[in-house]
Amino acid sequence: METAKKKKYTASDKAILGIGYVLLGAFVFSILIPLLYVVIASFMDPNVLNSQGISLDIRKWTVDAYRRVLENNMIWRGFANSFFYSVVFTIISVLVTLLAAYPMSKKEFVGRNFFNVIFLITMFFGGGMIPTFILINQLHLVNTIWAILLPGAFNVWNMILARTYYQSIPKELREASAIDGATEIEHFFKIMMPVCKPIIAVLALWSFVGMWNSYFDAMIYLNDAKLQPLQLVLRSILVQNTPQPGMIADIQSTAQMAKVAELLKYATIIVSSLPLLIMYPFFQKYFDQGIMVGSVKG
Amino acid sequence: MRKGSAKAVSTGKRTCAQKLQYVKKNWQLYVFFLMPALLLTIIFKYIPMGGVLIAFEDYNVIDGIFGSKWVGLEYFRRFLSSPDFMNYLVNTLKLSIYGLLWGFPIPIILALLLNQIRRAGIKKKIQLLIYAPNFISVIVLCGMVRMFLSPVGPLNKLIGSDANWMTMPAAFRTIYIASGIWQTAGWSSIMYTAALSNASKDLEEAAVVDGANILQQIWYVQLPAIKNIIVIQFILQAGNIMSIGFEKAYALQTDMNLPASEILSTYVYRIGLLNGDYGYSTAVGLFNSVINVILLIFVNWVVKKLNDGEGL
Repeated sequence: METAKKKKYTASDKAILGIGYVLLGAFVFSILIPLLYVVIASFMDPNVLNSQGISLDIRKWTVDAYRRVLENNMIWRGFANSFFYSVVFTIISVLVTLLAAYPMSKKEFVGRNFFNVIFLITMFFGGGMIPTFILINQLHLVNTIWAILLPGAFNVWNMILARTYYQSIPKELREASAIDGATEIEHFFKIMMPVCKPIIAVLALWSFVGMWNSYFDAMIYLNDAKLQPLQLVLRSILVQNTPQPGMIADIQSTAQMAKVAELLKYATIIVSSLPLLIMYPFFQKYFDQGIMVGSVKG
Repeated sequence: MRKGSAKAVSTGKRTCAQKLQYVKKNWQLYVFFLMPALLLTIIFKYIPMGGVLIAFEDYNVIDGIFGSKWVGLEYFRRFLSSPDFMNYLVNTLKLSIYGLLWGFPIPIILALLLNQIRRAGIKKKIQLLIYAPNFISVIVLCGMVRMFLSPVGPLNKLIGSDANWMTMPAAFRTIYIASGIWQTAGWSSIMYTAALSNASKDLEEAAVVDGANILQQIWYVQLPAIKNIIVIQFILQAGNIMSIGFEKAYALQTDMNLPASEILSTYVYRIGLLNGDYGYSTAVGLFNSVINVILLIFVNWVVKKLNDGEGL
């Protein structure tokens, strides 16, 4: 069986392997322990958390923090906004990027080098924060969702990945569909899109995660609290240390409020990070593929 | 990112008429496929590039970019002679160079270690775990760091002190770089892992038959298999040392650790958007991008040399 195929290790090999596994184990634990700590801390009683940190006595655990977090409207609104922005951004971004990559993947495309240079320049040089801010302001996009959806929608790097992927697809596919009389648009949507599922999955995941986790654009362009994505709500709770008033309004003493506020941070982290942490393993099979496309040509 | 110019030549030079005919016949490629990306690029990338003129003017909103008073290199003179600016420039460089030196080898070591695991199931579980932090947002990561390092946080409970790490300029870089490794080292190892699994198994078996031990296998078979990716990755990351991101540094800043944590991008934000000094901050931003471009051109030149004339 499998053991028969295995290599035989010498004593010194075993020692080296042992050291290697210890190192790897140490790294794995250093990843795991902070995550576990946050999970366990989120179930603590605020007084226990404040005095001794976490305790593994499950009988004393409470879901009070989760109740307070989940009853908060700001969190839910942040979720709804972030989800909406991320979905719309992913659709726009992946579509624009895939579309642009298609002609750019054709060797005979007239103007290919010219457009390539136009796009590449933007990877190296940009106007920077202030000129972009002034432009968005003058276009009257401040406090509209377009301020965070449009400027980054076309991603040159992703276009290059998609282009490279297209080039690995046999040209005969297009020749065959051309004989059937399909236009480029028909060919793209009916034939290319299904063939390109792996690269679409990777680009969609990256666009979604990128939008979900970013906060800078929203911080400078969306002042209206109703429009704010989850990360800005989290920023005020976790970084600026100002809990949502509604979460702790029922508590009388200021000292107790501070303890509960600290506890709520842990529950907030879990609630806000869970969706992506649950989602990404479903994309794992596409990771290697997507990364390889990038690294080979990168 | 290859330009493909060599290949384009091989399809033969076409006359203007032929090109025009191609465009006419394939108008869909231009109007439907390319246009959206081109419009977004022109509007949101090229127009702001024109906006860098602000760096040379006493900009005010009413007169606009073309009407404001021209001040030439005034802002550049001002910040290049300012000790604050020099401090922030040094902060930026230190943060990214130390980050590169500490952070770069770890994903490679991780990939080599993962490659030794023969049981696919265990390997996959470890990978799944070490990729996870990459999907945590910058804000949540910085929130966790702040909680763990707070005076009453778990780190202080563990070592029995009540230090306020987030207020110490001396601790900032370590915090920034260590949390960065925690978040991205696993994810960055994917590329090397994938390259290793594509490496020739025959060569490895031959090495085993020749009696090579594990270190020799790594040195003579596995490292050569990923050498190109290592070199390119290093050069790419070295080319990006001036473009270190705003989001994380800003989320880890406190009033007290600013002497170490203020970098050029956060400085531009502070003086530009918070204090409204558009001209000066645009000049600082422009200075930053220009150094960045020079670095990248240099890097591209190095990659070309190493990569048989294939640039980025």
